[in-house]
Amino acid sequence: MTAIPTDLKAPRREPGKARVLLGYLVHDKLALLSAIYLLILLAAAIFGPMLIGDMSTKLGLRQRNLAPFTLDQGWAYVLGADTLGRSILARLVVGAQNTLGIAAAAVVTSMFIGGTLGLIAGYSNRWYSHVILRLADVVMSFPSLLLALIVLYTLGPSIPNLIVVLAITRVPIYLRTTRAEVLELRERMFVSAAKAMGAGSLRIVLRHIAPLVMPTLITIAAIDFASVILAESALSFLGLGIQPPQFTWGAMVATGRGYLANAWWVAFWPGLAILLTTLSLNLLSSWARTVADPQQRWRLQTLRRAPR
Amino acid sequence: MFGYLGKRSLHSVISVLGLLVLVFFLTRLTGDPSYLFLPLDATPQAREAFSKLHGFDQPIYIQFFNYLGDLLHLDFGESLRQNRSAMAVALEAFPQTLKLAVVAITLACTLALVVGSLAASRPGSLFDRFASLVSLAGASAPDFWVAIVGILVFAVSLGILPTSGTGTAAHWIMPIAVLMLRPFGLLVQVVRGTMIGALASPYVKTARAKGVRRQQIIFSHALRNSLLPVVTVAGDLATSLVNGAVVVESIFGWPGIGKLMIDAIIQRDFAVVQSTVLVTASAIFILNIAIDLLYAILDPRIRYQTT
Repeated sequence: MTAIPTDLKAPRREPGKARVLLGYLVHDKLALLSAIYLLILLAAAIFGPMLIGDMSTKLGLRQRNLAPFTLDQGWAYVLGADTLGRSILARLVVGAQNTLGIAAAAVVTSMFIGGTLGLIAGYSNRWYSHVILRLADVVMSFPSLLLALIVLYTLGPSIPNLIVVLAITRVPIYLRTTRAEVLELRERMFVSAAKAMGAGSLRIVLRHIAPLVMPTLITIAAIDFASVILAESALSFLGLGIQPPQFTWGAMVATGRGYLANAWWVAFWPGLAILLTTLSLNLLSSWARTVADPQQRWRLQTLRRAPR
Repeated sequence: MFGYLGKRSLHSVISVLGLLVLVFFLTRLTGDPSYLFLPLDATPQAREAFSKLHGFDQPIYIQFFNYLGDLLHLDFGESLRQNRSAMAVALEAFPQTLKLAVVAITLACTLALVVGSLAASRPGSLFDRFASLVSLAGASAPDFWVAIVGILVFAVSLGILPTSGTGTAAHWIMPIAVLMLRPFGLLVQVVRGTMIGALASPYVKTARAKGVRRQQIIFSHALRNSLLPVVTVAGDLATSLVNGAVVVESIFGWPGIGKLMIDAIIQRDFAVVQSTVLVTASAIFILNIAIDLLYAILDPRIRYQTT
């Protein structure tokens, strides 16, 4: 036997994976902008309330309905002030924490519940699997906003209830995807092998199947995040979401709605913040799809011209 | 085919019934309507009489069986607020929403087909990039905010469109524009994606080799084959269109089923909530069946069977 020489010439070191991804990101200017915006937003949501949280509740008679783009009253009032003279910039930052926090909690909750139910419905064929599927049908067949309105009015609007309601309306998506994957996975050889080794159902599902479903679920969660933000802000806008003194961007638009004629900026900025956030998330996820697709990836690569 | 439809209908009827049970118990948990409908200083006797009149003094499971019994002979209860049949109230509001939704989804589909096809015919061109960005923005914009900005610009500043209400054709413009925004954005992306696939397929190459004009290839050869995914997405969008209708109707004061639903929930008008749920769910169920049939027409390869 002779060893087959594979690396006669020391090959040029391939750039690291993170570096390649960064290269793709720089190539797509819109995706790069989105990533930068989302990073700034994340930093503002985490650290902002500690730094300028007080300013968001500080009333100022002199700054009442202050128009935006003036620096006379300090940088905090660059986006203007609301009818009580509170800095809109500071309120946007505090609202960012609530908006993103609620959406993240709802996404994680629905991913967990949907994933668990999907594992059960996919792996077992007992009566409760059918019940789970029918329940998902019930939730799917009805407009989510109306369902959320009814449930929230019943339970009373509070942050935990808001998270639960948003999670319930998204559960069917995770449930169906997980179930479809499990249906396929459970016929694979490694599951039969584990069964032959004497593994119980619980062990097979948790140790062998669940880790393989996880990446799909996380991908869906990333895409779903934007729609959860939209759903939460619509609920808060209609007045059945978050309640004062707490607020999110959606609730800020709702308060600004009453002052449209004389202080448009109160409603405008928070809505723009929602739009920019969801748009950035969607742009980034469409970029990620392009990177993941071998037939599309070339669009993001710097192609060297072939020598003539 | 009919076996398939029968099975499908059975599933949907079970879903609708499940929804009605859910809504029945949920609304009963919201509290005693007598506190909202009688004056604050009403005597306990008056409250009791009110509860007795509307059957709220019964245990909840008896109320539920009464409700089911009434449903069987198509009695959907009385609206507490308007003192007439709840179903009549719901059916009066429903056409308003339907008109809005039909116009919005038709416009969204037509525009999305044209824009998506043109974008797909030259991928990577300036028009394509612009269309992609606009459609993404449309799909991710909060509709209530777009409505408010629309009011601000067209009603408050320019004064060319009315802020809310119904009546003239001008009242239709803003609600429809806001309502079709998200469907349009999502559909453009779907059309563009499937069209790029279709334009790369062998039959398009054949058509091109024969010398068929570009427009004809795009709009009559490739488009027909990429209609199927569009119909799927358009069907899914129908339920979310009702979500949009709730927001749009409450902002523009459109007397449709979404506004009725919000008002009824807040006023604890149980019978109206249940009737609107029933009407909405049935409409969505009929739509889903219509889409299944449309599949069979669009793609002759699809034949439904009961398995």
